[in-house]
Amino acid sequence: MTMSETLTPARRAEARRLRASFVKLLAARLFQALVVALIVGIVGFAMMQALPGDAAYRIAAGRYGYDVVDAAAAEAMRLQLGLDRPALEMLMVWIGQALTFDLGHSFVTGAPVVDEILHQLGHSVGLAFISILVALALAVPVGTLAGLRPGSLFDRISGGAALVLRATPAFLIGILLILFIAVELRLTPASGHGHGTHFVLPALTLGLVLGSVLSRVVRNAVAEAVASEPFRFARQKGLSLPAALRRHAFRNAAVPVITYLGVQTALLLEGVVVVESVFSWPGIGHALTHAVFERDIPMVQGTALVLGLGFVVLSFVVDISCRMLDPRLAQ
Amino acid sequence: MLKSRLAAASLLASLCILAPSQVVAQARTSVAVAASWHVTSLDPSSDGYTYQRMGIGETLVDADASGALVPGLAREWSSSEDGLTWRFRLRPNVEFHDGTGLDAAKATASLNRALSHPGILSLAPIADITADGDDVVVRLEKPFAPLPALMANYATMILAPASFAEDGSTVAVIGTGPFRITFVAPPISLEVERFSDYWGEPALIETASYMSASRAEARALMVESGDTDLAVTLDPAGIRQLSPLDDVEVEVVPIPRTIALKLNLARPQLAEAKARRALSLAIDREGIAAGILGFPEAAATQLFPPTLEDWHSDSLAPLSTNFSEAKSLLAELGWEPGPDGILMRDGKRFELTLRTFPNRPELPLIAAAVQDQWRQIGVDLNVSVGNSSDIPAGHQDGSLDVALYARNYGLTPDPIVNAADDFGSGGGDWGAMNWDSPKVAEALAAALETTDEAARADAVESVIESVQAELPVIPIAWYQQTVAHPKALQGVVVDPLERSYGLSKLRWAE
Repeated sequence: MTMSETLTPARRAEARRLRASFVKLLAARLFQALVVALIVGIVGFAMMQALPGDAAYRIAAGRYGYDVVDAAAAEAMRLQLGLDRPALEMLMVWIGQALTFDLGHSFVTGAPVVDEILHQLGHSVGLAFISILVALALAVPVGTLAGLRPGSLFDRISGGAALVLRATPAFLIGILLILFIAVELRLTPASGHGHGTHFVLPALTLGLVLGSVLSRVVRNAVAEAVASEPFRFARQKGLSLPAALRRHAFRNAAVPVITYLGVQTALLLEGVVVVESVFSWPGIGHALTHAVFERDIPMVQGTALVLGLGFVVLSFVVDISCRMLDPRLAQ
Repeated sequence: MLKSRLAAASLLASLCILAPSQVVAQARTSVAVAASWHVTSLDPSSDGYTYQRMGIGETLVDADASGALVPGLAREWSSSEDGLTWRFRLRPNVEFHDGTGLDAAKATASLNRALSHPGILSLAPIADITADGDDVVVRLEKPFAPLPALMANYATMILAPASFAEDGSTVAVIGTGPFRITFVAPPISLEVERFSDYWGEPALIETASYMSASRAEARALMVESGDTDLAVTLDPAGIRQLSPLDDVEVEVVPIPRTIALKLNLARPQLAEAKARRALSLAIDREGIAAGILGFPEAAATQLFPPTLEDWHSDSLAPLSTNFSEAKSLLAELGWEPGPDGILMRDGKRFELTLRTFPNRPELPLIAAAVQDQWRQIGVDLNVSVGNSSDIPAGHQDGSLDVALYARNYGLTPDPIVNAADDFGSGGGDWGAMNWDSPKVAEALAAALETTDEAARADAVESVIESVQAELPVIPIAWYQQTVAHPKALQGVVVDPLERSYGLSKLRWAE
């Protein structure tokens, strides 16, 4: 970018405004992060306390397997983990530790919560990233083609296909993909992780689910951009379709697409638990579900905190990307 | 910019180009196992069963496929005359996976660590465990005949001192088994390789992997697609799907695990043995076994399955189904149908709540079947599906009416350990509740102490007869373990005690 050499005073003022709005946004999001952390910590803790049943038994079952759980094992957990301390004291200890970025140790595995989260979130982030690439690779061409001729046969077929895909549970799509691609064609492993090929089926499953709606978002955005005056004028003055799309449609169309992707990424990171369990994927959703069952309070608290803060970061990134694409948003 | 494009391109490429190695058949030296259990931690007291089944860690005492005790890391064992001191003589020239040698001091340290954690050893009256020459010496507070069987449980696995950190946490699983861990990725997977300095017969395969695939349908599909070579525990749909295949073998083995109803005998509805017999008569076990479990032969005729030869008696009258007899038994006790068809006595309804849990997916289905069958004799059963730990918790605080669970009598090769806990005075967390049978308590105590075979057999017979007659728990079905593997994988032996996947004996057909 060598724009600075040719910046006019008006352009410079705009850049200043953009920077100022960026700083304001950052400050707002930091404050938001703090509030989210506090709310997640307190509400999460209160919800774990409100769950019925004796936590010591649940933790013992998580640790030793239910065949071995008896009153003695539960009592051992209660003593070792200090579960009979007052709830308020436990919450204060957790907040105090969280302020020093210490999320404590898992009740069930005994490992530091940070390590467990990084490990499992890493798997979820990797899968979410590839799923988004698959979704984009499917949705952008299909949506663009459909959006260029709204109401055409292609538009209606792709709309119908998106509807069917969206209405099918991800679990069923996963099983069908395993049946066709892994069992019939023997092209990929059915389930598991560790090898690059293990990404294919879960990423395709999530990519299809995400891409189905995304293709309609792209289609609407493109249809709107193509119907706009600037685009029609560009075509009138003789710009080729690809050039007109590049200069006058894609940038406009990108804003709703990125906003939608941002929201969906949050859902993907949270983990599509069913998809994770069909493909034996060690993601964060899987981990959080088990932590809740096993009453692993530090793990639940830590995961909720990291996910909550993750959403704040994600919405910040979406805001910034949208403002860079469309500076009018900054005003 | 270019870099990120390259990265994106290569990611897309990796999605499109599929590993061709999956397709090519070749002489194989590796076996992949898939089962439902997570590899949550390295601690042998929590996840030791996986390390034991994979042939990584070994115990002092081993068991053969019939459940008989055989030498493990201890080549022999004996007890003193008074039964208070046990000596386990260690096998010489055994090496841990880190190259250090096994000695009595290291074995003792490992056992003392197990003793300090909740687990099987807490069931024995152990005073202390010490090392003496080549012997591990266990001193007891009172005689306890099944001690060697306890020493076969995974929690007593002997690991090298380097496995544990100073604070007692487990940092590695350095065992003595035929396989050594090369990679662990909690909570899903684990990889092992053959340990070349193993003291026993070396394994025939070179490497093996374990994967936790929590869904039964995923495990069945993984065998079919060739991703796994040993899928452990299938559901009825999976068995139907795999059985017709030419290149897959499905093996079914009964295991010592019984699905049973635990009854709180302090409830007036359940206090009388006649009422419990009526409830038992109103359960269609064959229907449940065939319809829900997929094996008609799984219907329980008594508590302990035939695999536990010493604890199963063909002379007991089998439990049967007879709804009209059930109704007349309850009528004899003064239960009369109320306005809504539910039985009433002295203003009290025959209404109970059953607790069960979904970890074993068939349990809620069986609960629904029992609910329906009991309604036919006028018993109103509410079903509450929660967490397995609600059952021992409800036993302790007395809030439990009825519980449905699958009790594992194979935690050690000798069921006396569990039976004593379950049917001793007052019952146990996973057994009878508020049931006091001095005769049974006495017989159990005798069976725990005596090493005399005949006296022990008499005691066991008295226990199983009383349990069958009084039904403090109502047996429903015996578990069948199912394993599927490619036909080309030879030497598969399904261990009824679930102690081993038998990896070291497996080989691939040429």
